[in-house]
Amino acid sequence: MSHLLLAASEAVPLSDLASAPGGSPAALAWLIPVVPAVSAGLLMIFGKRLGRVSALVAVAAMVVSAALSTSVFVHLQAQPTDARSFEHTIATWMSVGPLTIDWGVLVDPLSTVMLLLVTWVGLLIHIYSIGYMHGDEQYSRYFAYLNLFAASMLVLVLGSSFLTLFVGWELVGLCSYLLIGFWFERRDYATAAKKAFVVNRIGDVGFLISMFVIFGAFGSLSFAGVLPEAETVLGAGSVTAAVICLLLFVGAAGKSAQIPLHVWLPDAMAGPTPVSALIHAATMVTAGVYLVARTSPLWALNPGTGLLVAYIGAATALVAALIACAQNDIKKILAYSTVSQLGYMVIGVAIGDQVAGVFHLLTHGFFKALLFLAAGSVMHAVANQTDVWLMGGLLRRMPITAITAGIAVLAISGFPFLSGFFSKEEILVAALDTPGAQPVWFIGALVAGLTAFYMTRWFVLVFLGNPRWTSIEPAVHPHESPLTMTVPLLVLAVASAAGGLINAQGEDGFLHHWLEPSVQLYRGDQAFIEHGIAATSVVIAGLLGIGLAYLLYTRRWRRPAPATGLTGFAQRAFAVDTFYEWSVMRPGRFVAWGSEAFDRRGIDGLVNGLARGTGGLATFSRRLQTGFVRSYALAVLAGAVLVTAMLLGSGLGR
Amino acid sequence: MDVPAGYYLILAAALFTVGLVGVLIRRSIIVMFMCVELMLNSVNLTFVTFGRVHGNLDGQVLSFFVMAVAAAEVTVGLALIVNLFRLKASTDADDVDGLRS
Repeated sequence: MSHLLLAASEAVPLSDLASAPGGSPAALAWLIPVVPAVSAGLLMIFGKRLGRVSALVAVAAMVVSAALSTSVFVHLQAQPTDARSFEHTIATWMSVGPLTIDWGVLVDPLSTVMLLLVTWVGLLIHIYSIGYMHGDEQYSRYFAYLNLFAASMLVLVLGSSFLTLFVGWELVGLCSYLLIGFWFERRDYATAAKKAFVVNRIGDVGFLISMFVIFGAFGSLSFAGVLPEAETVLGAGSVTAAVICLLLFVGAAGKSAQIPLHVWLPDAMAGPTPVSALIHAATMVTAGVYLVARTSPLWALNPGTGLLVAYIGAATALVAALIACAQNDIKKILAYSTVSQLGYMVIGVAIGDQVAGVFHLLTHGFFKALLFLAAGSVMHAVANQTDVWLMGGLLRRMPITAITAGIAVLAISGFPFLSGFFSKEEILVAALDTPGAQPVWFIGALVAGLTAFYMTRWFVLVFLGNPRWTSIEPAVHPHESPLTMTVPLLVLAVASAAGGLINAQGEDGFLHHWLEPSVQLYRGDQAFIEHGIAATSVVIAGLLGIGLAYLLYTRRWRRPAPATGLTGFAQRAFAVDTFYEWSVMRPGRFVAWGSEAFDRRGIDGLVNGLARGTGGLATFSRRLQTGFVRSYALAVLAGAVLVTAMLLGSGLGR
Repeated sequence: MDVPAGYYLILAAALFTVGLVGVLIRRSIIVMFMCVELMLNSVNLTFVTFGRVHGNLDGQVLSFFVMAVAAAEVTVGLALIVNLFRLKASTDADDVDGLRS
């Protein structure tokens, strides 16, 4: 480790940027992912012996990471606006001809914002897990994975090249597999983990190919060697840039659950609930959005590509919101809500307003983490029931969970002056100002209304009305969760409520100025209609959704009959899974069966047939050995006669 | 008076055939053994005949070799037969089929 320390102290600045003096927080940024990674390793080896202490080790590692991230942030803030990017090479990974890949960290405003989100929200989820996973047999394994997950995401965020980012990208995929399938004794959970892994691999192929294209075009894979050069090497309107961006989006769609690769995320709730919070808020799904935001100079060359992707994001947002309205599972509603909100983020980053996209990523990180943790708290109280029709009336039993969840619901619904209001509004304004993206604005406004509707439905069914959990067998006695669980809820509630203030002034907001050096905005600026009207329309849509859901669901107490028609179709997620099952899985299985049969009958058959033939021949020739001496003698005679006859016949005997 | 070599050869062939048929059709090991001896001696006769025809001693030398080998064979063969008889209480060749699969 000492040579790593030495190398890290020799900070290598980007060409036109100031270097960080050794020992400054920015030069120690590489420790941020390393600490939880080391902790994860320790927990994997010694976890069994540590027992309940392992949670403290994991939390301590996250505290160190969070503290380091914060100090990096403070350090960067003290620098002038144009000197906030540092690249540190820790070690050379590989050096092949002109290609040199380093293990390096890139500390700049964008990665710092992500660092803060991942470490702080991650820390809160770690603390929450102490209470939530209390009593689980695999306590230390859980925390090891959780730490590894955070570390992987930090590698992804800090990586200074596409390839280091890809390492984190794959590690995040691995950790999601491990954690979604944490209770792998249950077959459907293990299947969900496999599904997440496989769907993500599809996206990864796109990402890999885009890296090939990038290397072909730039001869480099580091951000410093690609992003600033994008315009000079490729030129505006370049087709190569469009290809790169679309392939990158295939990767991003896998991680960030965009149509058509969104199917894994709703199943990802098979893992423990804090893991869902981690996946949906701080890590994993934000990776795709981050990737698009990070590569903004490439996207800026071809705004048309961004527009196309924005439409995909809008479609994802709409479809997922519709599905969320029809779900009955406390976590599935939230899962589809995440898919929908990710669509929002993709609209933001793809349409050319990366600040708005990352802003929504942050605020969503707060309130979605809060919502999942609240859902976990509720499940904790009602013996792991997930059916919202078996809840209700929990407000009085668990007031902290209910009130914090209520704040999150208002925030995600875009209630005025809560965090979601600002971030959504900025994305919609960006859509409004970009030529050709006005329909995106309309869909966005519609989705905002739907979001308010299904989130209010969720809240009302879980916390308000008459208690339906009395019908759960065996009887449950809901009670407020322990402090380790409620404190993170309270902290996140504050963040969800006030998080919007970091960029409340739009173009003049703090986040906007902060991110400006890292991203290249390319959104249009022709107002389609008055911004005021647009913002108002979103608020009205949100309030309508809240009001409608409140009126509808405070009255109906009984579980409705199994949904049919369009509702049933939405409940089955528009049968996308069925479609994939018939279009991909079954043909795939058919091919597998065919290959298996060919291998067993064809190739094995040939080999086995040869063996059987030899055996048969041997059985036949065995019968020649009669054991009668006289028949042997006869055979000898026959042989002698034969040889003599041949000699005579061939004339050799003469 | 000179007996033609052909007579000797015919006699040898007759002896050989008797021996061969005896080996093939008799079941007593001792008789089969004697028939083998008969075949060996018919070959000896052939050797001696041809030695005389060619006017040298090669045929007689070879027949001495055959006699020496036959003597050795008799000792081994009779020992085998005695032991077989002790084992199986019979001298029937068809009872000795332990090598059959």
